[in-house]
Amino acid sequence: MVIYGIMRCIPTSFVEKMAREKSTLPGGKSYTEWLAELNAIYKMDSNIIEGFFTWIGSAIKGEFGESWQYNVPVVAKFKVVIWDSFYLAFITLILRVVISIPLGILSARKQYSKTDYAITVFALIGISLPTFFFATVLKLIFSIQLGWLDLYGKVGRFYEQLSPMGQFWDVAKHFIMPILTLTLVNVGDLMRYTRTNMLEVLNSDFIRTARAKGLPEKTVINKHAFRNTLIPIVTIIGGTLPSLFGGALITETLFQIPGIGYTSYQAMVGGDIPFTMFYMLFMAILTLMGTLIADILYAMVDPRVRIG
Amino acid sequence: MDELNNRDIDNKEENLSLDDERRIKVLSPGMLVFKRFIRNKLAIVGSIIIISMFLFCFLGGALMPYSQSEVFKNYEMMEKDYAAVTQNDALLYTVADGEKFDSIAQSRLILAINNNAPTFESGGKTYTLATEGEDFHVIGATTEVASGKGIKNKFTLTPVADFTPSADFTAKFDAAVLANENGFTTDDGNSFVIEKSKVAASVFQAKEIVMAAKNVFEGDRENDFEFCLAAQRALVAGNAQSFDVTGETFTLTKNEDNSASITDALGEEQLFVSRWVFKESETGTVYPDGFVAAVQDAINTGKESIELTNAEGEQQIFNIERAITHYKIRTERSTYKIMIYHEPSKAHWLGTDANGMDVMTRLMYGGRISLIIGFVVVLLETILGVILGGIAGYFGKWIDSLIMRIVDIFNCIPGYPIYIILGAVMDAEKVDPIKRIFYLMIALGILGWPGIARIVRAQILTLREQEFMTAAEATGISVNRRIFKHLVPNVIPQLIVIDTMSLGGIILTEATLSFLGLGVKYPLASWGSIINAVSNVFVMTNYLFVWIPAGLLILLTVLGFNFIGDGLRDAFDPKMKR
Repeated sequence: MVIYGIMRCIPTSFVEKMAREKSTLPGGKSYTEWLAELNAIYKMDSNIIEGFFTWIGSAIKGEFGESWQYNVPVVAKFKVVIWDSFYLAFITLILRVVISIPLGILSARKQYSKTDYAITVFALIGISLPTFFFATVLKLIFSIQLGWLDLYGKVGRFYEQLSPMGQFWDVAKHFIMPILTLTLVNVGDLMRYTRTNMLEVLNSDFIRTARAKGLPEKTVINKHAFRNTLIPIVTIIGGTLPSLFGGALITETLFQIPGIGYTSYQAMVGGDIPFTMFYMLFMAILTLMGTLIADILYAMVDPRVRIG
Repeated sequence: MDELNNRDIDNKEENLSLDDERRIKVLSPGMLVFKRFIRNKLAIVGSIIIISMFLFCFLGGALMPYSQSEVFKNYEMMEKDYAAVTQNDALLYTVADGEKFDSIAQSRLILAINNNAPTFESGGKTYTLATEGEDFHVIGATTEVASGKGIKNKFTLTPVADFTPSADFTAKFDAAVLANENGFTTDDGNSFVIEKSKVAASVFQAKEIVMAAKNVFEGDRENDFEFCLAAQRALVAGNAQSFDVTGETFTLTKNEDNSASITDALGEEQLFVSRWVFKESETGTVYPDGFVAAVQDAINTGKESIELTNAEGEQQIFNIERAITHYKIRTERSTYKIMIYHEPSKAHWLGTDANGMDVMTRLMYGGRISLIIGFVVVLLETILGVILGGIAGYFGKWIDSLIMRIVDIFNCIPGYPIYIILGAVMDAEKVDPIKRIFYLMIALGILGWPGIARIVRAQILTLREQEFMTAAEATGISVNRRIFKHLVPNVIPQLIVIDTMSLGGIILTEATLSFLGLGVKYPLASWGSIINAVSNVFVMTNYLFVWIPAGLLILLTVLGFNFIGDGLRDAFDPKMKR
């Protein structure tokens, strides 16, 4: 497991090197001494491989060092920013599920009808929509032309003066557009997936049997088909649970929501190695956990897998 | 079916052999897929979108008369400072031709004026000062023209330099010496000063060389010293209506504010005298006729703009603005400038962007880059994925686990952070924009192949166990051929579907990166970098034509690829049909 962890990070050490080169550049030309001093402070005087292993060594012990850009320990910064990302992702996930599963089922039930085409086109547009373009259009409509929402940020200008309830609404208001963006961009995948699975289930023998028994269509769909469709869907959703913490890099950056995505974007552009490395590791762990959860859930939901 | 059977039976009755015409047509698998694809409306829409996109980008770019980084400039009317007008409070010097009156002399003069001294010296020269009116002084200089020696009242003069004494001069000199006078005036109007001792005498020519006045002379003859002097004298004289200079008569018309215009016998304005100083904003500006008088009239009457006919015979409007100490005159003039954010027009169908480049053309070239990046990356991904996935699937065992672990590792690497860091590094290193695109392609390809490798491996794992593979093995075909000639072709349907779908994804990723300013860079265009203009909120609000088309193009292209991919999947895998 540990070996696996190291292997997983080798490509990122390459990244670390690049980030290093970048962060040394601004001072490198004129202040050689200053540079050397900084290098010593930031432990950059060792070579790449050595530096990487030093980093790995302390990372295993749970010491991720201080973020260069934010001047606070990486973990402290992480604890501050993670929740915004989580709320954002969590609400998006709920909306996704609520929108995409019923629509996906509807579209499967009425395959090749106008409804199906409409839903398919909607889903594909969602998939094809560039995040930044949609976000910009939203900003143009809601912030500039209607003037309802603020362009950027998590809190408004008068946040400090608001009552706790007012503060909550203020943040909620600022989250509307990012959530809308994330939902529309992500809803398509799940919808298509639901449709495909539902189609598969509807074509299977037990549905034919249920129909043959003369069960009402409602029961066939809701009890027999839907439950079986849920198996892969639950697996997929379970797999995305860890990524709730991963943040939405692009969306957060576009709306300047100080979540993990925006913070690490700034860290990356600014060449802040500790934070970037931490983020990379964090993302890798999340992906792994996602796969793991998906596997476990799959086995839990579908007993056939366990036997096989 | 009944009909078919009937026909068959009929055929058999006629002729019992089965020739080509009567055989039931069987479609090849490829044809079947194609037929199914054609029946899918969305897939057709997608294909049309993609084909038109290609035409737009490649053909359109070739047909477009502009190049992608051509900057357009035009002449535009723009209000610019034309001149400034101030009331003059300092003495201004009008110096006669060929004479010098430097700043040291000027300060000496001011001293002399304050002390009421009749003469002053500067640079070894003696100047005479005559105050002829309020703020009006005439400065004379003396130059030695002749000197001589003699006794008593008889001197023999030798001219200095190129002075040629006339008979009149000598006669007047002698007369003056006899009369013991200090100076004399010859018939041609020159005056001379004599300085003599008992044995020597010098004659100096006294000449008015400088006029110092607070009035400003503007007009055709503003550099004509004698003319200006005469005009000023006439002005000071008070009620003079006309004066003569070198035999010509000029008329003087006084205005209420003590300015005056001087016209010649034909009534043309020669000079305008006033207390106003005009300073043109651009050197070489020639004021239109009557400009000075009109501006002063406007200032006095409080008018804000005047209209005059300029040198090209066009009506020009001058706006006069009051600043604290002076008046500013502004006028609209055509200025050569870059066409920034021009509205769509006939020449530029989608307007121009922040650099004055044609948006339409940049969209076409940007589309080329986006599409090329998409295809190259997909090709790269497919090659890597097929080779590694094929090897893993065919050999199994430890090779399989090794390759699959690598796939796992790559799966764990979050894509965007890597691209962003790469972009930042390339920014710092100032990588050439074209090389950037190659690096971007490589990065996207390297991070994209694991998905394809997985699918290829999974397919090959099942195919490997089938009879045709046993047969292939039995015939002794080499491993290479077995993998790439017998196994991989069977994976191609899935590959095509995956590739089409991921094309869209790659175009999206590239656009996002370019949008963040980390992908394709200026001067090369890409759809994403065109939308990048919206990071300026003003552009986002006011110049929709710059970024909306690019966004729609991205949307349409990706949508087109997704439609096609969807249609292909349905076509290859008809199981989904009820």
